[in-house]
Amino acid sequence: MSERCAVIGVGQTKYAAKRGDLSIAGLVREAAERALADAELRWRDIDAVVIGKAPDMFEGVMMPELYLADALGAVGKPMMRVHTAGSVGGSTAIAASHLVQAGVHERVLTVAFEKQSEGDAMWALSPKYPFQPPLVAGAGGFFAPLIRAYMRRSGAPNDVGVRVAVKDRLNALRNQYAHLQLADISPETVLSSPMLWDPIRYLETCPSSDGACAMVLSNEANAGRTSRPPAWVLGSAVRSEPAVFAGRDQINPRAGADCARDVYRQAGVTDPVREIDVAEIYVPFSWFEPMWLENLGFCEPNFGWRMTLDETTSLSGRLPVNPSGGVLSSNPIGASGMIRFAEAALQVRGMAGEHQVDGARVALGHAYGGASQFFAMWVVGARKP
Amino acid sequence: MNYAVTRMLAPVRLPFVVTPGEALSRFLSALVEGRLIGERCSECSKVVLPPRGACPTCGIATNPRDNVTVSDGGTVVMFCIVNIPFEGQTIKPPYVYASILLDGADVPLLHLVEVPVDKARMGMRVRAEWAPPTERKPSLEAIRWFVPTGEPDASYEAYKEYA
Repeated sequence: MSERCAVIGVGQTKYAAKRGDLSIAGLVREAAERALADAELRWRDIDAVVIGKAPDMFEGVMMPELYLADALGAVGKPMMRVHTAGSVGGSTAIAASHLVQAGVHERVLTVAFEKQSEGDAMWALSPKYPFQPPLVAGAGGFFAPLIRAYMRRSGAPNDVGVRVAVKDRLNALRNQYAHLQLADISPETVLSSPMLWDPIRYLETCPSSDGACAMVLSNEANAGRTSRPPAWVLGSAVRSEPAVFAGRDQINPRAGADCARDVYRQAGVTDPVREIDVAEIYVPFSWFEPMWLENLGFCEPNFGWRMTLDETTSLSGRLPVNPSGGVLSSNPIGASGMIRFAEAALQVRGMAGEHQVDGARVALGHAYGGASQFFAMWVVGARKP
Repeated sequence: MNYAVTRMLAPVRLPFVVTPGEALSRFLSALVEGRLIGERCSECSKVVLPPRGACPTCGIATNPRDNVTVSDGGTVVMFCIVNIPFEGQTIKPPYVYASILLDGADVPLLHLVEVPVDKARMGMRVRAEWAPPTERKPSLEAIRWFVPTGEPDASYEAYKEYA
């Protein structure tokens, strides 16, 4: 690709269980206006809009991108929607970055959202098909067996998930946009919360949130015109694999490992744990922190839990993971991946506020979706590639 | 006119008609007969079920000759205990939702295991409990649930690549 691409604007809504003050159009516009303000641009400066969200069944609005065109200033401009299940926020940003890198557009607005309060995602995630077993279990029911298998495989102590659940909620207290603000979070409160999908406790799961995230991506010529530093896209990759095939490792999926290798190669990262300063990783259930640390090559298989326990991933550790509070603290599903990408950009721009990692220069944003089968990642940096 | 409309209930009902296709049709018909069939890939020899008409690993098309009957007994390779009630649920929690590797298959099948939840474990040997023939529909609901066989548990080594 010929053009360099930079994030020059980031906008987030306040994430909450219910944003009853805003329609879906109002929600996406709140994020988009903040991204434009950050980029010091106006609507007319945007060449195209790329939008993403999770399945339409979540809110019951078919093809919402069509009705959102005017709220997003896209009338008369190219607009397209990306759809890759839970990883969509990440792959949407990547599709937008490709338009810049390919030289098709100079400045692209990319937006992702979910308004979970308007529907029932648990129901939408558990459709009753005639060729499926006579039970439905929601997202937690699918992922809980994998966690039990990971615990067996890695020999991890039982409290690793609790540690992640506490760490990410403490981080969220530093993030004004985070949905959960649990000032009383502690190992005891996590352990005493209901066991929903054994071995996953209530406080080890993500909340159900309303929210939107937006970014303005720019080519190099326009990136230098603003007073705030850009985050340069050093590499981006998307991978997928079937939900079912013989020998599939659902805990350490091949597609995720391949995606990580590709994005590191593009970014010139050879030793991720040393060269990446901070990571925003899609962790909807606490145990996915150690599982994804392994899949992302930050350590050998079965060693991820040690990085959690020795506080490598804490805000003051060698590789802070989810300083924003992560998906465990805010989960507007379709936006959750883009929030990871946007938070990575904020970190290398030095604009992450109270959850800023000191001296962050290179950051990873990660998203996954489906049955751990769709992956999207980017590495962003403070230095122009 | 001095009130705000803050919420409107808008129910949507979506009855779908699914065309299963040839491979899945054979699988569903066999369920009515109380049999489970998979497809053996002519390239990698792995047995996948439910059949899809192609091997998901090799991309090789399968045909009726590749159908193999798979045992209705197998090993619990992963599971969770569902304690949470939610809309659309057909079984009252708590229940065991398991990934079961049927003998002769190379991918696990997700299904219910009828066992006290504190007795569920990885490696447990189970067998399908079929609905009576007259009540079987062409669906995985033809199997009510899996029940423990009482056999010794499978060793972790025997199934770890599926967990």
